[in-house]
This record gives sequence, structure tokens and C-alpha cells, in this order.
Amino acid sequence: MHLDDAAIKNLELRANAIRQSIIEMLLAAGSGHTAGPLGMADIFTALYFHILKHNPHEPNWPDRDRLILSNGHICPVLYAAMAHAGYFPVEELQTLRKLGSRLQGHPHREFLPALETSSGPLGSGLSQAVGMAIADRIDAVAERKKAGDDKSVVMSRFFFCLTGDGELDEGNNWEAIQLAGRERLGNLITFVDRNNIQIDGYTENVLPLEDLRAKWESFNWHVLEIDGHNFEEIIAAVDQAKAIFEKPSVIIAHTIPGKGVAEFERKFEWHGKPPNADEAALALNELRTLQGRIQSEHQ
Amino acid sequence: MLNPHEKLNPKIFDNDVEQIPIRRGFGEGLLAAGEENERVVGLCADLTESAQMHLFKQKFPERFVEIGIAEQNLVAVASGMAAMGKIPFIASYAMFSPGRNWEQIRTTVCYNNRPVKIAGSHAGVSVGPDGGTHQAIEDIAITRVIPRMVVISPCDAIEAKKATLAIAKTDAPTYLRLAREKTPVITTIDTPFEIGKAQVFWQPITKTPDVGIIATGALVHKAIQVARDLEKEKIAATVLNLSTIKPLDERAILNLAEAAKALVTVEEHQIAGGMGSAIAELIVTKAARPVPIEFVGVRDQFGQSGTPTELVEHFGLGVSGVREAVKKVLQRKVTSV
Repeated sequence: MHLDDAAIKNLELRANAIRQSIIEMLLAAGSGHTAGPLGMADIFTALYFHILKHNPHEPNWPDRDRLILSNGHICPVLYAAMAHAGYFPVEELQTLRKLGSRLQGHPHREFLPALETSSGPLGSGLSQAVGMAIADRIDAVAERKKAGDDKSVVMSRFFFCLTGDGELDEGNNWEAIQLAGRERLGNLITFVDRNNIQIDGYTENVLPLEDLRAKWESFNWHVLEIDGHNFEEIIAAVDQAKAIFEKPSVIIAHTIPGKGVAEFERKFEWHGKPPNADEAALALNELRTLQGRIQSEHQ
Repeated sequence: MLNPHEKLNPKIFDNDVEQIPIRRGFGEGLLAAGEENERVVGLCADLTESAQMHLFKQKFPERFVEIGIAEQNLVAVASGMAAMGKIPFIASYAMFSPGRNWEQIRTTVCYNNRPVKIAGSHAGVSVGPDGGTHQAIEDIAITRVIPRMVVISPCDAIEAKKATLAIAKTDAPTYLRLAREKTPVITTIDTPFEIGKAQVFWQPITKTPDVGIIATGALVHKAIQVARDLEKEKIAATVLNLSTIKPLDERAILNLAEAAKALVTVEEHQIAGGMGSAIAELIVTKAARPVPIEFVGVRDQFGQSGTPTELVEHFGLGVSGVREAVKKVLQRKVTSV
């Protein structure tokens, strides 16, 4: 779908507001992950405000696309995007990680039924997305058969799985990647957040992932590589992935961990800690002034 | 005597009693469940025939997914299919599922609250010559500890078929424990089955029992044999078939404890964390009076190679082991009065 300059500007402002929410909720929670959520804010914005077929007022709408977050620890960006999209009040973001909150430290669909899965332990989100995509195809084939047409199968919805890059250390992912390749799941689109960091350091030092593109390709996936902060590239990649019927697609999105706040960017130390009050104030000022280009009304 | 209400196999004590592997009942049950409900799907990890899923696969190839030797993927893919409205049955050896993929079961099935049905075949030491790596004797412990999980351990192939059909109709995550070896058919197609309901299979003719024997799985047959032998020694025993280990039929167990005032539990599983432990947890918290319990089970050991019969005897799970436990608990009962 063509994006004009105004639409892109709109998405960029949305992403900025979502980043501000992430900082605010992490400060209120006093614990949680900072780098991943900020780095994925643009992709989540593109998904919730442009790509996904969904209805925040009817979360159980059967025909919706499914978004499966595998690396549950980046849930602040999921919650913030959902709140801004209208699934629940933005004020509720302040309850992150508090007793009784719908916004559990790692997503739990029992607390927040609009979630497709509960997640946190790494490596099994893609398997669940594969299972959903297979089940949907079984239904689509059965429907066509009933309609007397056993040749063409039209997939009515897509399954978007989001994984981290460090998460790909988990063997469970590769079991799922093999199966999806064999099953030629054209209705499955995976984003890998290629931000090069994990808790113990840079991914290539902890357990090298490269040649990541070649690995996915050798498992019969269609591979796209994009700048994960460029809305045109994000949306064009998804359009292309949807056009590949015979293979599942993976979009390796190169992102900057901590993106949007200069002090947090590219540092693995920010993987698993929240900002303190001073750091949050600095970050919010940076975001509200669009990195100093405009004056913030909060100043 | 055999409880007439349960309509058990009249040939139960014959030498030529029919013997069928419990897993076979699962295979037939899954086929029947698939015929009843098109939401039922089957997933297997390269053990389709061994885990008896081939019957379902032949009839419903479009609803069967070969996962390959990847048990973590097996259960998590099933969770995804359940999210789309399917009732997935997954099958492998119990050692690998729920053994290897425990965390995925906890998170993607139970925490997620998805109706995935986990069939673990080759449970217990009676797997035989394959040896200890393939003999799951910890599976009851690791499944019953997870919130929401229903745990069922059928006593024979006929009960396994009924259990499979029954669990296909519930929304609960469920573990179905199956055994490899041919074992005596205890029940008949007329024997009632209900999830969560324990059944008295053997009862004293006139008086109240001296001892209550609670057994699960194929060893229920040994327990009934022991109860019949004890009759000759004027020891009255009641045998309870506890095929649903979770949720426990608390009423049935407490009633038996109250009547017999001494219990023996019998299972092809580690004593730690198994069915006996579940019963002990119930008795110490809810029984009106303390009741001594002897556990027949594996005593903190691994299995090894041998014939099924040899292994059951070696680990003290056979007729002599159950007898010994009864004698022990009766002594404790006397001294505790």
C-alpha cells in the first residue's frame, strides 16, 4: 500500500508517543526491559497502525490477523502500542508489573485476553505461530473442499510472529523453522529483531548467529532484510512477504536497541533494566523535543 | 470379590486372560474421537505407530501433522493449533513428552490454558529391554504439579479408549499416561468411566476392609490379585482403581481411609511426587484421623534393561511387593491404635 509523506510522518509521531509511554511505564514499574521495546517501537507502530487487520473494540474478531510475541520481555512496547491503538486506556500502562495488573511483567493472556499467547520463556512463540498457521490452513482447505473446490486455497489472515535475535539461540526455534519450511506456510511472517544484543553481551560474542540470512534460506524461508526504523521498508517488506505464497517469510529487521534516546542506544547494559527518574526525564525530554528539533511544552 | 457394579472382565484371573497394550486403547480412542469431532487433530514426533497414532493418521491424513523428532515443537505447535479452535492430541514416549518438553507444556499449554492432550506412551519400568533412558517414572510428578493439568493413567486398553474419548470432550490440558507392554484386560466395554472418579474394583464380601489398596495403571491387576490372595488369609482388602490422578476423587479416597484405616498405594512410578504422594497430601490434610500409608513404587532409582515381568518384580512393584506393603501397613495399623 502506498504511503505518502503525511502518513509516514503520522506513523513517526505515533512511534514517538509510544516510546514516551514505554519510558513512563518502566519508570513507574521500577523494573523491566528498556532497549528492546524502544528498538521495536517503529515495527509495532507499523503493525498496529497500518499492517494488521484487527479491531481493538472486538479483540476476538475471528478474521483478525494474529500477532504472536515470542520474546515476551519486550512487552512494554506491545502494551503501549495496544493502548495507543485503543485496546485499553493509555493510563493503564502505569500499572505495569503491579500486583493484579492486566499488564503482567511478561504477557499473560489470562490477565489480558486480547493477547494471542502468554510468553516469556524464549523460543516457543514461533512454534505456536506455526501451529496457528497450520490449523488455519486445515480449515481453509476443508472449507474449499466443502465448496467443491479442492484446488485453490485462499488464506484469509496472516500470522505475524515477533522474535528477538538472541532468542534464536534456543533450539526450539529451529525445530519450528524446519517445520514451517516443510509446510511452506505462506500465511506466516516472522520479524527478527536484529539488534545484536542479549543479556551477556553482543550476540556475535555470546553465540554467533551469522550467517543468519543463509540459515533461514537453507530452511526454505523467504528472507527479507530491512532497516527496522524505516516505515516504508517495514511496510514494503510485509507487502512482499504476503505476495510469497509458497514459503514462510522472515523479515530480519536491523534495529538499534534503545532507539530514540541517544544515551540508551546500542548498549547491551540497557537490555534488562529500567531508567531511574533522572534518566527517564532526560529520555522524555529527548523524545518530546524530537531530539532537540522542537521545544517541549513540558519544559 | 470383584465389584459387580463395575462389570469387570470375568476372565480377569484366568491364565489366558486377554492381554492388550494400554497404548492400543489410546490409538483406537483417538480414531473414534476423530470420527466424533472434526476439531480433533493429531501430532506425532516420529513415533506414529509406536505411540499408536497411525490409526488416526490413516483415516484423517489432513488432520495429522508429523512434527519430526522435536518434542518441544510438538507441544508448542499443538498449543498454536488449539488457539485456532483445534483439540490437539500429541503423542510420543513419556520420557520425551512430557519429559523433554516440560517448560513448553507449562507455558504454552497450561499457563496459556489450551486444551492440548498429551499422550505419553512407554511409561513405567515395564518398557523393558530398552532400559532406563526410556522408562518414564517421573512423569506423574512433573505433570500433576502444573496448575490446570488433568492427569489420567488408565488401567487397561479398554479404559484407555474411554479416557481418550472423554478427554477429547473437555477444554482442560490433559496428560494421558500409557504403557508399552501387553497387560491383562481388567474392564469391559460396560465398565463405567468418568474423569475424576475412582472405582472400587475389589471389595470384601461381608465386612469392612482391613486395608485399602489404591492402584493406578496396569498394576491395578496385581493389586486385585493380591486382594484375592489375602482373602484366604482372612485379610479383607478393598482395591480402588485410581485412573484419574488429578483431580483426585477425594471423597472415594477419604471414605476408604476412614473404613480401612490403613492404605497401600501402588504405581509404576517414583514414590516421590507420584500418585501415592498425592494421596498422602490429601490424607494428612483432610482425613479425620491419621492413617498409615505404604507406598509401592520406585525408590529413588533409575530403571534398567530386563523383561517387563522381571523389572516389575525387581523394583518391588509386583504381587510380592504389594503383599509385603500390605503386611507392613497392617503392622503399623496395629501399633498405631
